[in-house]
Amino acid sequence: MERQLRVNPIACSGHGLCAELLPELITLDEWGYPILSRGPVPPGLDRHARRAVADCPALALALTDAA
Amino acid sequence: MTSSTMLPRPGPGPHPSSGEARYSGGMPRLLPAGDPGPADLQAHLARFGPPPLDHPGQALVAELQAAGLTGRGGAAFPTHRKLAAMAGGRRPAVVIGNGAEGEPASRKDKTLLWAAPHLVLDGLQLAAGTVGSATAGLYVPRDRRLHQWLSAAIADRAAAGLDLVPVELIGAPPRFLAGEESALASRAAGGPALPTFRPSRTPPRVAGHPALVQNVETLAHLALIARYGAAWFRSAGTAGEPGSMLATLHQADGRVEVAETELGTPIADLLARPTQAVLVGGYHGAWIPGGLAERLPLANAALRPLGAAVGAGVLAALPPGRCGLAETARVARYLALESAGQCGPCFNGLPRIAGALAELAGPRPSPGTVAAIGRWCGLADGRGACRHPDGTVRFVRSALGVFAPELDHHLRGQCTATSRHPFLPLPPDPAPDDADWR
Amino acid sequence: MTAITQSTALWYASRATGVVSLLMLSLVVILGIAVNRQGRLPGLPAFAVTGLHRSLALLSVLFLAAHVATAVIDPYVSIRAAAVVIPFVSAYEPFWLGLGAVALDLMAALIITSLARARMPRRAWRGIHWLAYAAWPVALIHSVGASTDLRTGWLGLMAAGCAIAVGAAGLWRLTQRARQMPRAGRAAAVLAGAQPPSGPARRSHVPDREAR
Repeated sequence: MERQLRVNPIACSGHGLCAELLPELITLDEWGYPILSRGPVPPGLDRHARRAVADCPALALALTDAA
Repeated sequence: MTSSTMLPRPGPGPHPSSGEARYSGGMPRLLPAGDPGPADLQAHLARFGPPPLDHPGQALVAELQAAGLTGRGGAAFPTHRKLAAMAGGRRPAVVIGNGAEGEPASRKDKTLLWAAPHLVLDGLQLAAGTVGSATAGLYVPRDRRLHQWLSAAIADRAAAGLDLVPVELIGAPPRFLAGEESALASRAAGGPALPTFRPSRTPPRVAGHPALVQNVETLAHLALIARYGAAWFRSAGTAGEPGSMLATLHQADGRVEVAETELGTPIADLLARPTQAVLVGGYHGAWIPGGLAERLPLANAALRPLGAAVGAGVLAALPPGRCGLAETARVARYLALESAGQCGPCFNGLPRIAGALAELAGPRPSPGTVAAIGRWCGLADGRGACRHPDGTVRFVRSALGVFAPELDHHLRGQCTATSRHPFLPLPPDPAPDDADWR
Repeated sequence: MTAITQSTALWYASRATGVVSLLMLSLVVILGIAVNRQGRLPGLPAFAVTGLHRSLALLSVLFLAAHVATAVIDPYVSIRAAAVVIPFVSAYEPFWLGLGAVALDLMAALIITSLARARMPRRAWRGIHWLAYAAWPVALIHSVGASTDLRTGWLGLMAAGCAIAVGAAGLWRLTQRARQMPRAGRAAAVLAGAQPPSGPARRSHVPDREAR
């Protein structure tokens, strides 16, 4: 199943764990907020994406079904 | 054909919404013709008759689809789709008329609420009947006189037994984002008028109930379509964009008018020339060069290819001799301060863009400023919970394009403007605490 | 020195695992505050702070389980199993052990909700997690009251150290919250050129990124 990374920008306070755990798909802007790659999460990175979602201290990251 | 009408006096006291309108014959639809008396229930019923509340909801949805009515709050979403989506719900919906009009340059909703409140209230009842809601709300600025006026109108209707559902007045704070759909839903549920994150495109919810939100002008059009039908509605406007609309016109000489006009009206018929540039759609809209705007109709078909849209019908004609960059910088500063402060890319990006624009508008901008604005626009666009950063970026980017020649002058330390008098209207700076959002 | 009987061994084990649990939970609270404040341990990435907080919390569950189990099994004092979760029903030292049960119940809420945190509403998880500020002081008071171990000597110093460390971190956390800029003022602060204190100034491993 193809899944898409989404961030809740209101919940996000720029901890930056997601970019550390999934640097292939997430980078931080100059203020520390995540820039997510467009497109679905490649199958090989699914495990890492799930970890990034689980580890976000603000619960701001989510994996949704690709729309 | 364009028709503009005199703004009627709403009873005792001076009219709070300033500006006169001109006559030019044609179709007054929403706004009353001539110099009517007070816009009370009696006058409304004399002009339009009672609202056809006994007609089945499905028939109204079909009529709205045939009419092609789209939302007049700026997004231009097909109205019949919104109603059809809500009509089949399990939980009863709430219908809310959005008259917050947070855009400082727009006055059409306030004008409509003063001049034809009963059309708006008719539309609210018709919508409520169609989606089967038990309550309705009218979301309007926290203005005591406006509240008194609308409360009286609602009471008159209740006394006449006109209404299906009770209407509650909800106070909107004086913020730019107060009229944003999720902010409205939050306010209607008793919280602050702050946008919320809505990952899916489902309708907003107020206290668990799905909410049908319609701009007050859309409701007024709905009330007339219910009476006179789709063919009548389509007798004005264009085939692709039917009907009429209210537009707020900022003329180059400083006059502000609210005009009722059909879609597709040439902009040259609405704005007196000459203009240097025209801001189309408000502060989340886009600038268009004056010479080009004079040849365009007020229609999305012509505006979209230029990156603009009709939006909520604001047209501001920047007079020659003013500095478009300075005006843009003033508005950008306002938009930055109106950020809800919830999303990092917005409350970081917009103020930095505004600061850089202020530098560009000033005497000695540093060379990297334009590139920095471009970078920050890219970072802010699309990365907030609502469309505030997106609209601001659209506005700023259009300014840098349209005022590129002026920008060249500024980068060399010159400015061609002859007047530094501010042109676009802005309210005073907001209070920096959260109490202002209720 | 008395011969170490089986019963005494259980009693010592209970006291020992209790001390270790308190120490670990103190660290867990301090690390949790560090996560919230986006603080960093030198040389470690941000996910390590979060990971340590979580791992230490789960490890402390094991030590807490041992502490509770040995106390119940030990026949020397009468502590029935129910007293572990129901406060103040123990025959032995009902008040001090009751506080232990309260702390354990609160911890159970914290641990269970955190294991299921991706499946619950964000605000609900956060609201329950605030109970940590109640669980830890109750655990400390239980520790000092239920046994004389922590009232004197090295263990007494350790307990005082934990109290001071967690107290200081907690105070700092709560005053930061009070001083946090209201949302509505953040854009104005950036416009004025100041850093909006919606979080501490961030440091990144990558030197060319500016601190927020």
